[in-house]
Amino acid sequence: MQLRVDQVDKSFGTGRTRKLVLDGISFSVNTGEFVALVGSSGSGKSTIMRLVAGLDRPSAGAISIDGSPVCGPGSDRGMVFQKYSLYPWLTAAQNVAFGMELQGLNRREIRERTSYFLEVVGLADAARRLPRELSGGMQQRVAIARALAAQPRVLLLDEPFGALDLQIRESMQEFMHDLWQHTGLTALLITHDLEEALLLAGQVHILAPNPGRIVRTVAVDLDRSDLRHLRVSREFLDLREELARSLRGLDPGLS
Amino acid sequence: MARLRQLIQHPWVLGLTGVLVVVLIWTVATSLKLVDPLFLPSPASVLAAGRSQAAQGLLWADLVASVGRVLGGFGLSAVVALPLGIAMGTSTVINRLLEPLMGLIRYMPAPAFIPLLIIYFGLGELPKILLIFIGTLFFNTLMIMDAVKFVPRELVETALTLGGRTSQVLLRVITPCIAPQVIDAYRINMAAAWNLVIVAELVAATERLGRRISLAQRFLRTDEIFLGLIVIGLIGLVIDLGFRLVMRRACAWAN
Repeated sequence: MQLRVDQVDKSFGTGRTRKLVLDGISFSVNTGEFVALVGSSGSGKSTIMRLVAGLDRPSAGAISIDGSPVCGPGSDRGMVFQKYSLYPWLTAAQNVAFGMELQGLNRREIRERTSYFLEVVGLADAARRLPRELSGGMQQRVAIARALAAQPRVLLLDEPFGALDLQIRESMQEFMHDLWQHTGLTALLITHDLEEALLLAGQVHILAPNPGRIVRTVAVDLDRSDLRHLRVSREFLDLREELARSLRGLDPGLS
Repeated sequence: MARLRQLIQHPWVLGLTGVLVVVLIWTVATSLKLVDPLFLPSPASVLAAGRSQAAQGLLWADLVASVGRVLGGFGLSAVVALPLGIAMGTSTVINRLLEPLMGLIRYMPAPAFIPLLIIYFGLGELPKILLIFIGTLFFNTLMIMDAVKFVPRELVETALTLGGRTSQVLLRVITPCIAPQVIDAYRINMAAAWNLVIVAELVAATERLGRRISLAQRFLRTDEIFLGLIVIGLIGLVIDLGFRLVMRRACAWAN
């Protein structure tokens, strides 16, 4: 599988109010890779995600999966939103089953896969609870299970932990890393959190704002056997500091 | 003391107390002959009027007929308003087409349609049912449309990225999501339906609750007028409680 984003521009509005938000975005994600896009607000990172998901159309350029162009949302690209995306009237298990039901899988398969994916995200005990009875972190894990259960070829993570408390966010990052290792999923992560990107992704693209464009691409090759240790290691902190400096340099308001 | 406080905190106690106080004042005022009994009949005489009407079978026949008209007219309005409201809430084209028209008709007082309806359809059941239909359709539709507009975008987009088709989004995301607001809209607008049936019967019926009141006026039977008002109020209350019960049962997730 290869997701290709090729010279994509996006602008909103027409005529004099036309505003270019993405300028010549190109990158690709191959099977089993974890790729992150990092940028501040105004860098158009969420717009990139919406284009890849097929929820919006690029103004120019092409997005394709294995050569076939993306021309609308589809179950091959599973999306996890920042928040509020669980169906509040469905239990955790029904939320996980939702995508499979839309696709018309048979009941037995749905039941088996639902309990499997709830198990994978560690929420087998919460199967019959409503979203409002779950913590923010648990809700996001259900949302991830729901996206995975629909068997996407690539998982799109749009600031999935951005609305969570710091502590929960760290444990969710560890959870995400384990999940990626164990299931061999392919993921594209959008975040404003440099640390999160470096912890999880093998390849990190740094976005500059106004208009959004990729200014730097870093291959991250770190020992991820213990994320808690990695977070405070010299090597990691140096890399983070160096990239943070180049991010700051991009925003004239901060330098 | 503690017991008394506990008693007061029960949701029904204070409400019933309010009703009982009014009945008490009413009883005292009439038994002391503070007001001419022609203007204010005693509770006992209203009760007696009720008994006599019930014994003649009038009360039940009136009730059944009036409730039937409300259910017919309002049921029709509810059934038409649901798809119409959803269509207006989801489609910009339909919305732009119909909203100005509905905004206009909505401000025409429904009772003003009575003369027209009588000219068109005579004095039978049809004009009364249509009056209730006209008088509640626009409110129902516009309230449902608003509910649809407030469905979080993420819920719809999640379904799309899980492979959902438009019809699935309508039936499995939008419809359950707006259910609580729809039930509430029906509950609120049911009061208007009740008003309209009585107005129609006051003006143009040969029988039933509203007619009974206007007959009573002709013979200065204030006890029967009071009876009619109280019965109408009680039925309204029962319907309201019914809607609340449905809401609690069907939409527990929204409470």
